[in-house]
Amino acid sequence: MKQLKFGLSLVLAITTFYVLNTKLGSLPPLGKFLSPSQGVWQNEITESASNSEINIKGLSAPVIVKYDEHLIPHIFAENKKDLYKAQGYITAQHRLWQMEFQTHAAAGRLSEIVGEDALNYDRTERRRGMVYGAEQKLKNWEKDQEVIDYVDAYADGVNQYINSLSPGEYPVEYKLLDYAPEQWTRKKTALLLMYMTKMLAGGDSDLEYTNFLKKYGKERFDLLYPDFFDVNDPVIPAETDWSFMENATQTPIPDSEMPLDYVKETIEKPHPDNGSNNWAVSPDKSYSGNAILANDPHLGLNLPSIWYAMQLTTPEQNTYGVSLPGAVGIIIGFNEHIAWGMTNATRDVIDWYKIEFEDKTNSNYKYDNAWKATTKRVEEIKIRGKETFLDTVTYTHHGPVTYDANFKGNGEKVGYAMRWTGHLGGQNQRTLLDLNTSKNYDDYKNAIKNFLAPAQNVIFASTEGDIALWIQGKFPNKWKGQGKFLMDGSNPEHDWQGYIPQEYNAHTKNPERGFVSSANQHPVDESYPYYVFNDGYETYRNRVINDFFRSKDKFDIQDFKDLHNNNFNLQASELLPYMIPVVEKAELSSDEQNMLNEIKSWKYNNDIDEVGPTIWQIWYDTLAELTWDEIENDSIALDYPFKYQTAYLLKNNPNDKFMDIVETPEIETANDLFVIAFKDAVVKLNTLKTNKGTINWKEAKATYIGHLLQSLPAFSRHDLPIGGYSGIVNATSQNHGPSWRMIVEMTSPPTALGVYPGGQSGNPGSKFYDDLVDTWAAGKYLKLNFMQDKNQNDGVIFSQTLNPSNE
Amino acid sequence: MNKNTKNFVFTIILAYVLSLYLPWWSVMLAALISGFLIPLKKGAVFFIPFIAIALLWIVQSYMLSSANDFILAKKIATLLMLDGNSTLLLLVAGVVGGLAAGVSGILGKQISTLSK
Repeated sequence: MKQLKFGLSLVLAITTFYVLNTKLGSLPPLGKFLSPSQGVWQNEITESASNSEINIKGLSAPVIVKYDEHLIPHIFAENKKDLYKAQGYITAQHRLWQMEFQTHAAAGRLSEIVGEDALNYDRTERRRGMVYGAEQKLKNWEKDQEVIDYVDAYADGVNQYINSLSPGEYPVEYKLLDYAPEQWTRKKTALLLMYMTKMLAGGDSDLEYTNFLKKYGKERFDLLYPDFFDVNDPVIPAETDWSFMENATQTPIPDSEMPLDYVKETIEKPHPDNGSNNWAVSPDKSYSGNAILANDPHLGLNLPSIWYAMQLTTPEQNTYGVSLPGAVGIIIGFNEHIAWGMTNATRDVIDWYKIEFEDKTNSNYKYDNAWKATTKRVEEIKIRGKETFLDTVTYTHHGPVTYDANFKGNGEKVGYAMRWTGHLGGQNQRTLLDLNTSKNYDDYKNAIKNFLAPAQNVIFASTEGDIALWIQGKFPNKWKGQGKFLMDGSNPEHDWQGYIPQEYNAHTKNPERGFVSSANQHPVDESYPYYVFNDGYETYRNRVINDFFRSKDKFDIQDFKDLHNNNFNLQASELLPYMIPVVEKAELSSDEQNMLNEIKSWKYNNDIDEVGPTIWQIWYDTLAELTWDEIENDSIALDYPFKYQTAYLLKNNPNDKFMDIVETPEIETANDLFVIAFKDAVVKLNTLKTNKGTINWKEAKATYIGHLLQSLPAFSRHDLPIGGYSGIVNATSQNHGPSWRMIVEMTSPPTALGVYPGGQSGNPGSKFYDDLVDTWAAGKYLKLNFMQDKNQNDGVIFSQTLNPSNE
Repeated sequence: MNKNTKNFVFTIILAYVLSLYLPWWSVMLAALISGFLIPLKKGAVFFIPFIAIALLWIVQSYMLSSANDFILAKKIATLLMLDGNSTLLLLVAGVVGGLAAGVSGILGKQISTLSK
């Protein structure tokens, strides 16, 4: 009896321990998670407001870190190695989980943390060569001892922070998912830059276009997806003289067949709105005689934010701006002499090649009428609670064979290989570090020279009064039409035949018009001597921005703020005047008539308290679906034509066959679609009104900033009062938008404003987790405290001293 | 001091001290040791360590959380579908800690019975 009781109580105790110590489904291990000594209560902390001293190994002198009222660290070090070690430590202190999670995402390692659900994602990342690309980067970095020293110093800083933590001090996400941080490495920094490369230059539509071409033919393709739109206000002013490119020769078109295959399903692409705005005015166009520069990169809106603001100072440099947790230095910012910013160049730097294998072992592929050997990379994907998944990825001289018999392919012996500038390696980390210390236009020009991918429109302004913009990246010199569609991987003529020489990359310095700008639009006009394929160029934001700068002679800071927050919906203003008169003539119910009256009084501004933007957007989206029902309902992968071209066709080709709704017996025209879409939209709007009580734009758009981990509602911010939309200068859509807004006036030293939708702390328990969100949503800015002296205490809430130690 | 009180106080003190050095299951160890050294009777075998640790966890958690205006507690209470109610989260934490301690108290008592 005693034994039995003992046995039962032992089983009960062990079972209880097991249940409370184990993650069950999505439920964290409750004993661990809720214990005061080890659980979430330990994360219930807002960063200390008292000064502290920390011992750091390997520093050559003490590093002073001053935190301002928004927890932005201002780091004062004696040399760069100390500086970057401190950057690693301080960044990890506030963003450790995010840093590691993003690099796990880049490396296709999410299954390790969240289980089998992420397997398809992980395989996709491995198959697009993300880890391979990071390794190529490292190979290049290792040739540059200085860069490697800084990357390693940063990693060491991160690791000293990790090693100082007890499990109770781990960020709350580790506790929720029940795992522990691993050591930071230089490879993780390379992976983070791959993460950005994919985000900005990881999209293309080649296979979708091939599907379209095969189904509808070339004439239809050219109509729907033209190389140039009928309007073009390019990044580099149209009047630019290209005559200095006397040796420019575009690759001639080879005389050969292109493979026409149907691909059912393509890999996941980055968000199509990943883009940005930047602009700068020359001293002549500035109210104060100082150049002024602004930038706002549009990315997914997440918490913790993708950006982490900081000031990095040594006796030789003083740089302020935003960093990417995991990368060394400041990415977008300014120093005492220059300011710089980035927008995505959106160039076609991914091409696809059809590969014919000799047999199903994928060991050889056809190339130049012979069999060429492949190499194989076995990707080991660890899965939480399951056996490790092994995925063999075949590599050709083009790049990884992403699609094959094992993954979304077209059966045995066929594969589709990816050629991507993201795999070329490059010296991005060197470029970023050099920009941090550039003093003038020549330094800037030299700094960006070796930046390969993701290609960026790098904008520049200096205290000397120069403004400039280079479209920098490594661009294949393509024949006209090359890389629009799937190419023949066995034909050497289909390979990239070379690259556009760096000095021939389109650029402009101090243009006559007095301003430079970019908004992911077409980089150039048709006079540029190289072929530039329309990879989905933006056609609205750029025109609003450029028209604004053409509208008057002088611009001040308020103008810059107003432009960041400009909600003018150019697309609606160009299309609605065609749509409304048609609907007015149709027979309408009183409900429909009311809605029509509402939108007729709309002034095309996507402001939060307007109903016009809601009516317009639902009407337009419905219209686009009806117009492109052929594409929407096809079982093969196809892309919608560009927004601008859709509007163009509705206006200019109203009787085109595509206007017909296939499933109805009647033949519809654009005018019919306007009416049908409007009536559908009114039904949807009424449902929306019933569900939300209003159709105001704020509630209809419902902008939110989602936590990086599947937007956990508890750690996210919802229903933010901010206007704008995709295609508007204030490009805030539901979960995407300006991720950092910066305005820098090139006084000496520069005067700057900045804000981002988040907060410096990655800890959901900190008041600094999201304290900038409301400022951002309201269109306001922080005055960036550009400290000139480490003894300054004005605006400082506490400081940390990192002391050298030998233990 | 009767046995119940003795066990109660001893469990709290031991659990607190052990938690400085050991993971969360230190409360199980503490309840087991008290149950072994100060064996109780009937329901008290479970409920005394249960109440002791529930109280310890609730007080400790409350102190940590109130100092930060319950910012995280409210979010965790949303995450665990407790309607964002941090008081409810404190109670759940208390029950979890108490349960772990209670079953350990039973085991401690059984070991003491077995060893006699």
